[in-house]
Amino acid sequence: MITYADACRVINESRGEAVSVSTMTQTKYWNAISQEPDLDISIGNAMSKASSVALGVALGDEDRTVLCLDSDGSLLMNFGTLATIAGMAPKNLYHFVFNNGIYSVTGGQPVPAPGVEYTKVAEACGYASAYRFDDIESLASDLPDVLSSPGPVLIEIIVKSEPQAEGVDQTWESNAAMPLQLRALRKRLTGSDDWGPGGPFI
Amino acid sequence: MINGVLHPKNVVAQLVQHGVTHYVTLPDSETAHMYKALVDEPSITIVPVAREGEAIPVAAGLFIAGQNPIISIQNAGLYEAGDSLRGFALGIGLPLVMFIGYRGHNRKGDTPDSAAKLLEPYLHMWRVEHFVVESDDDLDRVPLAFDLAKKTNQPVAVAIGTEYAKADSEGSEQR
Repeated sequence: MITYADACRVINESRGEAVSVSTMTQTKYWNAISQEPDLDISIGNAMSKASSVALGVALGDEDRTVLCLDSDGSLLMNFGTLATIAGMAPKNLYHFVFNNGIYSVTGGQPVPAPGVEYTKVAEACGYASAYRFDDIESLASDLPDVLSSPGPVLIEIIVKSEPQAEGVDQTWESNAAMPLQLRALRKRLTGSDDWGPGGPFI
Repeated sequence: MINGVLHPKNVVAQLVQHGVTHYVTLPDSETAHMYKALVDEPSITIVPVAREGEAIPVAAGLFIAGQNPIISIQNAGLYEAGDSLRGFALGIGLPLVMFIGYRGHNRKGDTPDSAAKLLEPYLHMWRVEHFVVESDDDLDRVPLAFDLAKKTNQPVAVAIGTEYAKADSEGSEQR
């Protein structure tokens, strides 16, 4: 079993200038170590849609590697995304699924089917390949090759549960941060600062 | 009964004119002929999604990467996509034109289809501006939708209030 912190550290070591689209518990570990914050999106305001945003970015910038740091509860909430991604077959999309079998941020309740093997589902949908890791040594040694293979690739990581005793406060502050992150990423990817204010936060 | 015909080629011409790059969609029965017309348009990539709630965040990702997407889903699908509309269009200020199939719409003022009854109240509730397009004569509303979305950095709906015609059906084609 792998800790969130170790998994994020190993992924970050192979990140390069990839875009990252993260959600839920792994976001706080990723944000703590990321050295490319203007290439990061933290999906705190729309649970389950990280993979959909990542797909859009991957299709829109085919020369840029896109890492989606998804989780099992989020993926189950948007399960059709696996077929959608497989159908578009972006070669630059790497879909990580942090699997702990629970809803961490709401206190640790089990997901509907904690035994789902996401690699098998992804393969059945038509992902180019899928890998499952439950020890950090294998993840660290294999990940560079995995990220060199054509996408879409699903990488399932069995992580140690970190249920939040009192849940996580989904405050307006996290909602307000996302629009700014998205604008920073668009500016980085396009070189144009043309997306002005809009919505309730900016 | 709605007079006039809405030709897919004329709508596609509007999308090309506005530089649309991607058409993110879950097809519905009213848009079958539109889909066929888009397949023949090389400048626009069709992105099929498995559920309507995916359409807006996929479009958001495309926009962030510098593309110019629209979405096309049915009114019933828009209801399913409510949280995506909230979080990834209204919440981030996304200038997105959303073609919404107005299933059940007619001009009699009454319809047994709740999907039609609820569409305009639903859009008002979300404070989403919208234009209804029922025939080729209404296509001057499409540029208004693109302009409003860009000006406000908000989603704007184009409610397609009739079934797209076959390419060889009666009525003038503007293209």
